[in-house]
Amino acid sequence: MEEVKTVEKITDNASDSMQYIVVSIGNEQYGINIQYIDNIVRNQRITRVPKTQTYYKGVINLRGEIIPVMSIRLKLGLEDDEYSDKTRIIIIKVDGATIGVIVDQVKEVVTLETDDIENVARTESLVASGYINGIGKNKGELISLLDIVALIEEG
Amino acid sequence: MDVSQYLEIFIDESKEHLQSLSDQLMILEKEPDNSDTINEIFRAAHSLKGMAGTMGYKRMQNLTHDMENVFSEVRNGNMKVNSSLVDVLFQCLDALEEYVSNIQETQDEGTNDNEPIIKALNEFIASEGRDDAPAEQEASSQSTEEEAKLENNGKIVLADFEKNAVNEALKKQLHVYEIRVCVDENCILKAARAFLVFKNLEGHGDIIKSEPSVQDIEDEKFDFDFHIVIITEESFEDITKIIKSVSEIKDASGYEITTPFAEAKDEQHEEAKESEEQTIAEQKEKKEESKTAGSASGKPAAQTKPVASGNGNAKAKPVGHTVRVDIEKLDVLMNLVSELIIAKNGLVASSNEEEGGVNQSFNEQIEYLERVTTNLHESVMKVRMMPIESVVSKFPRMIRDLSKKLNKKMELYMSGEDTELDRTVIDEIGDPLMHLLRNSADHGLESAEVRRERGKSEVGSIFLDAYQDGNNVVIEVRDDGNGIDVENVKNKAVSKGTITEEQAAVMTDKDVIDLLFKPSFSTADKVTDVSGRGVGLDVVKSKIEALGGDVEVKTVYGEGSTFIIRLPLTLAIIQALMVKLGDEKYAISLGSIQTIEDIPVSDIKYVHAKEVIHLRGNVIPIIRLRELLDVPGEQPEQENITVVIVSKGDKQAGLVVDSLIGQMEIVIKSLGKYININKMISGATILGDGSVALIIDANTLV
Repeated sequence: MEEVKTVEKITDNASDSMQYIVVSIGNEQYGINIQYIDNIVRNQRITRVPKTQTYYKGVINLRGEIIPVMSIRLKLGLEDDEYSDKTRIIIIKVDGATIGVIVDQVKEVVTLETDDIENVARTESLVASGYINGIGKNKGELISLLDIVALIEEG
Repeated sequence: MDVSQYLEIFIDESKEHLQSLSDQLMILEKEPDNSDTINEIFRAAHSLKGMAGTMGYKRMQNLTHDMENVFSEVRNGNMKVNSSLVDVLFQCLDALEEYVSNIQETQDEGTNDNEPIIKALNEFIASEGRDDAPAEQEASSQSTEEEAKLENNGKIVLADFEKNAVNEALKKQLHVYEIRVCVDENCILKAARAFLVFKNLEGHGDIIKSEPSVQDIEDEKFDFDFHIVIITEESFEDITKIIKSVSEIKDASGYEITTPFAEAKDEQHEEAKESEEQTIAEQKEKKEESKTAGSASGKPAAQTKPVASGNGNAKAKPVGHTVRVDIEKLDVLMNLVSELIIAKNGLVASSNEEEGGVNQSFNEQIEYLERVTTNLHESVMKVRMMPIESVVSKFPRMIRDLSKKLNKKMELYMSGEDTELDRTVIDEIGDPLMHLLRNSADHGLESAEVRRERGKSEVGSIFLDAYQDGNNVVIEVRDDGNGIDVENVKNKAVSKGTITEEQAAVMTDKDVIDLLFKPSFSTADKVTDVSGRGVGLDVVKSKIEALGGDVEVKTVYGEGSTFIIRLPLTLAIIQALMVKLGDEKYAISLGSIQTIEDIPVSDIKYVHAKEVIHLRGNVIPIIRLRELLDVPGEQPEQENITVVIVSKGDKQAGLVVDSLIGQMEIVIKSLGKYININKMISGATILGDGSVALIIDANTLV
């Protein structure tokens, strides 16, 4: 019975805890709400698409589907990606569309209670602030929670 | 009876009948005396009525019933077809279409009784069919008598047209028999036996009448005998023998009708009563009964073709050779074929890599697989192809209505309706074509006075031609009207601030015409409800481009204009030329490629600082794809460059590529909605090695 309850909590938006995948981009830790994540794949050959938004690295073939891949680093105004064997592409599903985002490393899955999440009105100095909808506290570390829908849909 | 399982058939067939009614009405308006057309209309209306009745759609049935009455009057020569009658009939069709679309959405016909239309129809009958008026009072008493007579001697009472048929047959020295068929009293499947009787007689003569009606017989609504009237060349003995050859038929007896019927007017009304009984629409008001004189003729379609009576429940139909398939299932099939082709391409690629290691038979098998997948793809494509007719067949009616509304005389000429296109394209192409036709009718064609002054026929002509051209389907909408007044467009554009005067001065005619495709640009001086709001041509263009096609305009001021739509034959899988630019691979649709040339660098000339080449008398601009697509790295120095010559309409361009990879069958995939792609990239495809190549839309580069 306990297990069933946890599942309900995850799927229910209004519940008081949510699960995030913690990824690292540059020196920072970012959290991506697990409900948007379809898959996490290793970095693979990205086909460049000419004349598109600069933060789109191109497209990949994921089991017969063509999926555009976005660089969060470029979108957030950071330095360009440096691929390593820890680089991952997180496949996000938003509003029926599928999109990949490149992250430096995938760390862990955390469950955050509402009490652990702080609002972010005061972090305006950050370039990324428009795409952060909260700061999560986990084991003494701070995680910027990405508003992944805004990140993808804007611009 | 549970009819829900027939709903889809009902909707499809209703639409077919409505379309055929609309087509035939157009013909009838032009040739009011064409009896084939009238008969055809009658059949379609009757089938509709029967179907609606079977499905329990009373309102639809009533309306078709009244239409049928009108047609019957027309057929009997009591009524002349004129334009206002056709107008009312078209209103009926619109109302019926509304019923059908309601049924399609909600399984219910809705609550609109369409009283005004029914009233108008009845007024037509009342005013035009005046001959019947004196007999009307007698009708009710007459019919009761007749009914009694019918019950007493069981003989068939024939309607006027049936008598005419008998008379005609006698004139032609054919035999007419009235036969009473008795079914064995122990017979369990009476209807089946009766059906066999009809079926066996089919090849031997025409059954013009049966009592009870064929429908009732099929529904087993008869005791142990029924009557038929048959026109045949064969002898009475032969016919009864055929009937008796059906097992469990006890007896067939009757007599030959040898004397022609006298033409009697008021007998019609007896029929009215009689056949009213057969039709389910019996519960109608009394007063209508007398007016519905013609409904006796309601049966002929069912009787001359007893087996294929156009009924919603196709139980008596011969086994069909077609299957209706949900389009989604075809999409799934298509996707699977696409996957198969990708997998095949993968096999080809890996066999090419393993030099020497692959033996002969492996290669043969791969070639075999290649042939099969190509054939499979073609077959699936063909299944998805539909003639464009299903879209364009509604246009004659539209032009007719426009002609009235705009008060201009015009004719629509269509050709190539059998040209086939992918189903998805067919679904989308209707609106753009309608826009173009409206445009031609409203802006294109001049008023009759202007046409006279210009020495043209008063009746404007609009042409809609469809034909296949290589891997494309071309649809042309042409009119012999005013053409596009380039200066006027220019002035409008300047006054609206779309372009500056300086820009206008240097614009070519083509540039100006392209302005028409800009959003919210209209040259109409006034907005009508036909067109002129400026939401036309840009919608046309974007829709057609979304389908992978393009629109071109040719116009001569004072003589007319032509809109040429080019559409790819297929959407999902195309033959493409793979080319290499640096490390990147790109696909160019084979459809737009004319030739591939090796050109010495020294042959490149400059015109207006742009690179061109001279090729067989043509000056062709060349486009360096590497630069256009920002391919990293520099093109290596070469003595010769490889140029792919592409064409759109009569324009050409040469695309410079690094090298050619070869021809390949590719599956087009979309790149998704969030990534902005330039117009020149029309999609992407997955190559045999799993990598992705982008598809260049050469049309946008020319």
